[in-house]
Amino acid sequence: MTTPILKIQNLRIESLAGDVLVDNANLSLMPGKVLGLIGESGAGKSTIGLAAMSYARGGCKITGGQVEIDGVVIQELSAEGRAQFRGRRIAYVAQSAAASFNPAHTIMDQVCEMPVHHGVRSRIEAEAWAVEMFRTLELPDPESFGARYPHQVSGGQLQRAMAIMAISADPDIVVFDEPTTALDVTTQIEVLVLIKKLIRDYNIAALYITHDLAVVAQIADHIMVLRQGKMVELETTGNILHSPKQPYTKELVEDRQTSDVFREIILKADREVILDAAHITAHYGDFEVLKDVSITVAKGETVAIVGESGSGKTSLARVIVGLTERSSGDLTFLGQTLSPALKHRSRDDLRKVQLIYQQPDVALNPRHTVGEIIGRPIKFYFNRTADEVRERTLELLEQVGLPADYIDRKSIALSGGQKQRICIARALAAEPTLIICDEPTSALDQLVADEILKLLQKLQDELSLSYLVITHDLGIVRRIAHRTAVLLRGELVASGATGDIFKPPFHPYTEKLLQSVPELRESWLEEITAKRAD
Amino acid sequence: MAIQNSLKNPPISAKIGMVILVVFIFFAIFAPLIAPYGEAESIGKTWASPSAEFLLGTDNIGRDMLSRIIFGARMTLGVATACTLLSFLIGITMGLLAAVAGKALDQILSRFVDLMLSIPILVFALMILSMFGSSLFTLIITIGILDSFRVFRLARSIAINIVVTEFVEVARLRGEGLWWIMVREVLPNALPPMIAEFGLRFCFNFLFVAGLSFLGLGIQPPFADWGGMVRENGRAIAFGIPAPLWPAIAIGLTTISVNMIVDWILSINARPSGASAEM
Repeated sequence: MTTPILKIQNLRIESLAGDVLVDNANLSLMPGKVLGLIGESGAGKSTIGLAAMSYARGGCKITGGQVEIDGVVIQELSAEGRAQFRGRRIAYVAQSAAASFNPAHTIMDQVCEMPVHHGVRSRIEAEAWAVEMFRTLELPDPESFGARYPHQVSGGQLQRAMAIMAISADPDIVVFDEPTTALDVTTQIEVLVLIKKLIRDYNIAALYITHDLAVVAQIADHIMVLRQGKMVELETTGNILHSPKQPYTKELVEDRQTSDVFREIILKADREVILDAAHITAHYGDFEVLKDVSITVAKGETVAIVGESGSGKTSLARVIVGLTERSSGDLTFLGQTLSPALKHRSRDDLRKVQLIYQQPDVALNPRHTVGEIIGRPIKFYFNRTADEVRERTLELLEQVGLPADYIDRKSIALSGGQKQRICIARALAAEPTLIICDEPTSALDQLVADEILKLLQKLQDELSLSYLVITHDLGIVRRIAHRTAVLLRGELVASGATGDIFKPPFHPYTEKLLQSVPELRESWLEEITAKRAD
Repeated sequence: MAIQNSLKNPPISAKIGMVILVVFIFFAIFAPLIAPYGEAESIGKTWASPSAEFLLGTDNIGRDMLSRIIFGARMTLGVATACTLLSFLIGITMGLLAAVAGKALDQILSRFVDLMLSIPILVFALMILSMFGSSLFTLIITIGILDSFRVFRLARSIAINIVVTEFVEVARLRGEGLWWIMVREVLPNALPPMIAEFGLRFCFNFLFVAGLSFLGLGIQPPFADWGGMVRENGRAIAFGIPAPLWPAIAIGLTTISVNMIVDWILSINARPSGASAEM
């Protein structure tokens, strides 16, 4: 009977202000096994992951419980003792590789830092090992890859480099903190496969933290569901997926399954076309970011623009609103040509097209109250009196499902979902015809994102709004888009009714996109890799 | 939340600083009521030692040192505050404009400021004051404008970080004009880090005024101001008389207290991006 390599007992973590972030967490991890930690934002998954290294982020304190690595209670060690453990026995792979690499040092310098520091390898040995790993993880030009700086490689490559960096000192435990969340779906698969390979080859015990149930199902032996700092359920992956016991777990599993199901939405034909973008080309400097892209949106319709990073989908949105000037092509809105630059458009033109951003935190001025944020477009476009503005603001708050007393609150204290509702209310305040949603739910948790999508659909039914939804998430596309356009590196590769796009025969890229979305089956990753190998 | 806690619990150093500053401000406001003697009353022997009659002794022409210190608070603190307010008004307006109004205006303003900053501030001040005289008005305007160049730099760099956020983009997309964006979107977010800077610039201006007075070009007699008092009583040190130390201590205490308060404010206002509010 082997002893657990990592054992956490009765862990309690509090913020400096006294809020409890993690309450009574218990887990034990065997060598070579993977435990998935799943939960929404604020559930405490990263906090537990970091606590495994006896580390608490600024503003937090470990106030109870103990963490044992291979029988040693690391909290009782001195700072030097802990430093011995970190990197050597337990390592950490962060969510954002870009933020974790020092931009002033080469990748090789950083990958070799840990083994040399802990005395595991000499610098020459470490470099040779690193080059081998670059080759194994299929990084381009393994011999010279290390000489590059972090900003010179892509996100997926950097994430792999970070995984290599984590295992460079041969740790027994690796904590993976949402390692693929920031990547495109197609890159995500590659990185997942390679992480799984690393875990197997090096017999690493891993804590895999994510909010995506389908992803964790591919890689974990056991799954622990967390909610608001407390453990909800801890079971084998199979049991969680097929027979969840707790209501919260059931909710998560069912919700994930619905996104897999494709519901075809039919729209009445012959609707008036409100936006007609024809043969749009745009450049950033010399780089052509949009190549002859044409798209139309009809009244009451939702058109989705799908693509990965670098596809040009955000650029297309910026061209439509006028933030980026198009190099050529026509843009007609409600029969009138929109000029390329924002400053030449009339106030009414600007009013009718509204934009909703991916990150509601930065889209709201932290010094303004909710009432000021929603009220300003009403005053600005329609010049109403203060009383009329307040009345209309209260109406809008109700329409988006927010309590009336939020009107005098500052937005900063609210949750992501609530902030996004405020952004939607602000867009509605202008009484627009078209709302462009730039990844409206990517920054939100699954269940919250669901509600926002439902709200958007309800508003479309009530107000006959048209949406242009930019997203990389095919689940959203299937649920709400009548028509879809797929962009690849600035070109339109497929366009038409959503049902047609996602039925065979596929454009090769659409097929690749569809296959890359993780499904809620344990064997999905193996099946996909086998398929790709053919 | 951690921020609220800091606002309610300033560290000991900040508390001491606040007490000292409040005492001096009290002196400044109520000087005529609390000073034992008049500002320019020459009633004692020159450089008399501290006694019951003159608590800190007398100065170089027999005026009560304590009364001069109390009255001096008015001039020194008052002029420094006026200079800093002026420099902030000009500096923030220009800084925000440079950040919001487009690249061309930014270049013009920034290069002009670079030019002005390349002239050593003391030389510049001495030049202007000797040309136009040292009236209070000229003094405040001169130091105010000279300091505004430094405030411009900071205000601009803070504003540039704010201008690229999405919520400012939202305002632009709405069609909002320059005024709205500057004053209603950017300024409320730029002010908190500038508050700490206000304290720092105040200290600098305060020392600068005292220094100019020491050189004879700042606040003119018979007004009491601490810098001038150090100058007037300077020779006493050679005779072992501590007279110039009293105004010097007052200058030092003020500067240290403001700095301690500013340190506390800076610790509240640390930017989440990792950059501190102080540039």
